[in-house]
Amino acid sequence: MTATTEAPQRFVGNGVPRKEDPELITGEAVYVDDLKLPGMAHMVVVRSTVAHARIAGVDTAAAAAMPGVVAVWSGRDLAGDWSAGLPTAWPVPSVHWGKAEPTAEPRVGDHKPVAVDKARFAGDPVAVVVAATREQAVDAAEAVVVDYEELPVVTGVEQALAGGAPLVHEALGTNELYTWRHSNGEDAEQLIASAPVVVRERYLQPRLVPNAIEPRAVLVQPSPYQGEYTLWTTTQVPHFVRLFMAVVCGLSEPKIRVIAPTVGGGFGSKLNVYAEEAIALTAARRLGRPVKWVEERSEAYQSTIQGRGQIQEIELAATQEGELLAVRARIRADMGAYAQLVAPGIPLLGAFIYHGQYQARAYDFWCTAAYTNLPPTDAYRGAGRPEATYAIERAMDTLARRLGKDPAELRRMNMMPPFTEATPAAGGLNFDSGNYPALLDRAMEILGYEDVRAEQAERRRRGDSRLLGVGISTYIEMCGLAPSQVLSALNYAGGGWEQSVVRCLPTGKVEVVSGTSPHGQGHVTTWAQIVADELGVGYEDVEVFHGDTASSPMGLDTYGSRSLSVGGTALYLACRKVRDKAAKVAAHELEVAEEDLEWVEGRFQVRGAPDRARAIPELAASAWSAHDLPAGLEPVLDGEATWDPVNFTFPAGAHLCTVEVDTETGQVFVRRYVAVDDCGTIINPVIVQGQLHGGICQGIAEAQFEEAVFDENGVLLTGSMATYRVPAASEMPSFELEHLVTRSSTNPLGVKGIGEAGTIAAPAAVVNGVLDALAPLGVTHIEKPVNPERVWRAIQAARSAGGDRPTGEGSVQ
Amino acid sequence: MATRRISVTVNGTSYEQEVEPRLLLVYLLREGLGLTGTNVGCDTSSCGSCTVLVNGASVKSCTMLAVQADGQEVTTIEGLAGSGGELHPMQRAFHDQHGLQCGFCTPGMIMAAVSLVEHNGSLEEHAIRLGLEGNLCRCTGYQNIVKAVQQGGAEMRGITGPVGGHTPGQPVPAPAPAGEVTS
Repeated sequence: MTATTEAPQRFVGNGVPRKEDPELITGEAVYVDDLKLPGMAHMVVVRSTVAHARIAGVDTAAAAAMPGVVAVWSGRDLAGDWSAGLPTAWPVPSVHWGKAEPTAEPRVGDHKPVAVDKARFAGDPVAVVVAATREQAVDAAEAVVVDYEELPVVTGVEQALAGGAPLVHEALGTNELYTWRHSNGEDAEQLIASAPVVVRERYLQPRLVPNAIEPRAVLVQPSPYQGEYTLWTTTQVPHFVRLFMAVVCGLSEPKIRVIAPTVGGGFGSKLNVYAEEAIALTAARRLGRPVKWVEERSEAYQSTIQGRGQIQEIELAATQEGELLAVRARIRADMGAYAQLVAPGIPLLGAFIYHGQYQARAYDFWCTAAYTNLPPTDAYRGAGRPEATYAIERAMDTLARRLGKDPAELRRMNMMPPFTEATPAAGGLNFDSGNYPALLDRAMEILGYEDVRAEQAERRRRGDSRLLGVGISTYIEMCGLAPSQVLSALNYAGGGWEQSVVRCLPTGKVEVVSGTSPHGQGHVTTWAQIVADELGVGYEDVEVFHGDTASSPMGLDTYGSRSLSVGGTALYLACRKVRDKAAKVAAHELEVAEEDLEWVEGRFQVRGAPDRARAIPELAASAWSAHDLPAGLEPVLDGEATWDPVNFTFPAGAHLCTVEVDTETGQVFVRRYVAVDDCGTIINPVIVQGQLHGGICQGIAEAQFEEAVFDENGVLLTGSMATYRVPAASEMPSFELEHLVTRSSTNPLGVKGIGEAGTIAAPAAVVNGVLDALAPLGVTHIEKPVNPERVWRAIQAARSAGGDRPTGEGSVQ
Repeated sequence: MATRRISVTVNGTSYEQEVEPRLLLVYLLREGLGLTGTNVGCDTSSCGSCTVLVNGASVKSCTMLAVQADGQEVTTIEGLAGSGGELHPMQRAFHDQHGLQCGFCTPGMIMAAVSLVEHNGSLEEHAIRLGLEGNLCRCTGYQNIVKAVQQGGAEMRGITGPVGGHTPGQPVPAPAPAGEVTS
């Protein structure tokens, strides 16, 4: 069969309302905490109240005697239950990547689900209580007495790396996990030493608390005689959880079933294998009854991973005209007390793109990761790429000011020219496709850039106390994780493929199984759109299943904007396999050669005789009954595909905002926010817009509000939703979005991904806008978040310094 | 712990319950009555996921003891649709306008929105944003929630024609493609 005519696109590209919604808007959806099982006991974790201490003793006697208590265990009690510590799937060695052999193996500290000898952060589990009711477990947890011998505390990455620092993991002999370098072979040192213009900046990336609105929870149902365990858990990665529960708890992987039911957001925080999953499993195994653990929100501020946590130094070398010669970045990344699932690799997700959309001759990146006595960090929306984008985009604005150039013009002159096939970028990766100048030009047009500049000048001229600023942030992201061979080269333990199965049932319905595991992204809708178009069936006739290792045993789950570009491609390829098989059945029934069939408007028809045709539902029924199939053809119309991408995808965009800064109070108001993004082919524009809205909102909040603040003892001061500012509706503007499309050359759908774009672009846009507004006062640097206090102090410092000096830590050379 | 007997009407059904005095209304609903549509997202009364209507006014059900609901009428997300299963205009509007993603904040957000409209809140964007300040959403960036409240509110008030740029009951139109970029 040769399909010469493609089916008309009926659903792809349309903003069809989501299939997911009915259960979510009626309260029918089932989240983990909604589940109750007969005989279910409740678990509470007792956590270290200090950041670093020897555990001299855990007295569980009083707690064990409390009403309803089933069991109380210390870390020592459970130490024999673990076949391995909690996993680090991305142990990064010390190496100049691709240039030399590693100088040190990854230094991964042992991570028991419940600490045995030492607590390494305030929040580290030290004991476990199980009781008949949750209230009884909470009450009993209060009665557990832990004897701490406090140790000196490491609260920051620079302190961690300084000589004589207390060691978080004594067995490693150092707090350094790795130093990883990547360069493109050009001599950045020499170019920076000899360039006419050099910008050197230092930025802090505060730790952020992900705050998915559903706190984490896990419920384990054991079948002790059968040796089987079912875990319902709030996760983005049910397949990872199954694999690592087998490893950590010493169980047979096929006897573990992990279900991610409805999951209430993740943003990377549920891309992990957590202590509580292993503890609940071992508790259920020991007790022979179901055990449930539900995280309290304030607990989540310590028990769930945090994001970011870096100190960045970036240098740009340029000609007097503004042409970039070299980009060099030096990062210190705070891993926290343990190397969580993919934490060591997070800085590497930014390591190749600190040059952003720009060309540069030399590229040099270093990252040193270190342990501290703070909660572990790991992936948080954008994961490494918001940090990279922030650094290059802040530095480009500094370079523009230094050269007296318009920041948009400086960017445009350095951008890679438009390209449609894989093209080498300065950091050594082959970007898939892009037209970066067009994105910036269109965003400037929508904003009315010249008019805004005119208003800005007018306000400055009349001495308005509310200054206007324009913030520009262009970004490139490396996503669609990931080609397995590249992951291997980066020392990641797993692969980056995805699997999908399509089964056409005799009733005409189509059953789709996806290895992705959505938690708000709308895969059920988007996947159904793809299948409806590829198979010529009704959108309402497609049912999508995911998030259960019993129904989708093979999958690598949802993170890193990978689901559509990797999982959607696997689905597309599975549909093509279905069509190939269906063609054989159609040819047999129509008594023609396959070559005489063509695929027109969602069905096979005989070339030249369009009334002789077969649609997929008819062929599915034939293949199912198997009464009259071509010789040698297996019954049932189904297809399975596993796709390992050949490259990453590289979405890009230009985000512009206008901000007003009240110079008397330091308050910042984002007035307009314009985003023009290229995420490749768009399957559902309404879902894409929703992803951008949410991402931009998180990015603006990162710029203006959010920051995990610790005291000198390593205790979190912003430890609840009352003290850590998750943005409300009243604090956000509406966003103005448009899209340009360059089809990705990485996959046949031409898609790139959109889940993280907003969060990657927005922080730099807002902070650049604030600094642009304050430029006449001589303010050149304010750390994130640019809250009123920081802005006000920066204004005061600049004024007292005479209005023409930089402030803050970062400065222009 | 000593218990107290209370009588509460939830979604039109009367219940007699023995409750601990410390039991929060949200746990009475979720665990006592099995109405798990009302979610718990925090422990500081910050997120609003547990918002329900008590005698028609929105209340964060984690800020109220079950015993305080004695003799009161409570409406949860499960009680919002009509007896024949037809969705409330605000539920439909959240669907039409893509006002939800993960859905965890959605029941509370919808209840707060219904209360806002019923208490004569303005349907202007800024007023809606202020009116929903007590309900946090981490997914949507709020923009489509605002549009949903405009649509649902207009329908609740019997306003026909576009509100906030959108016709009630109509899905958000797909944006016109900005054109393929070729180089």
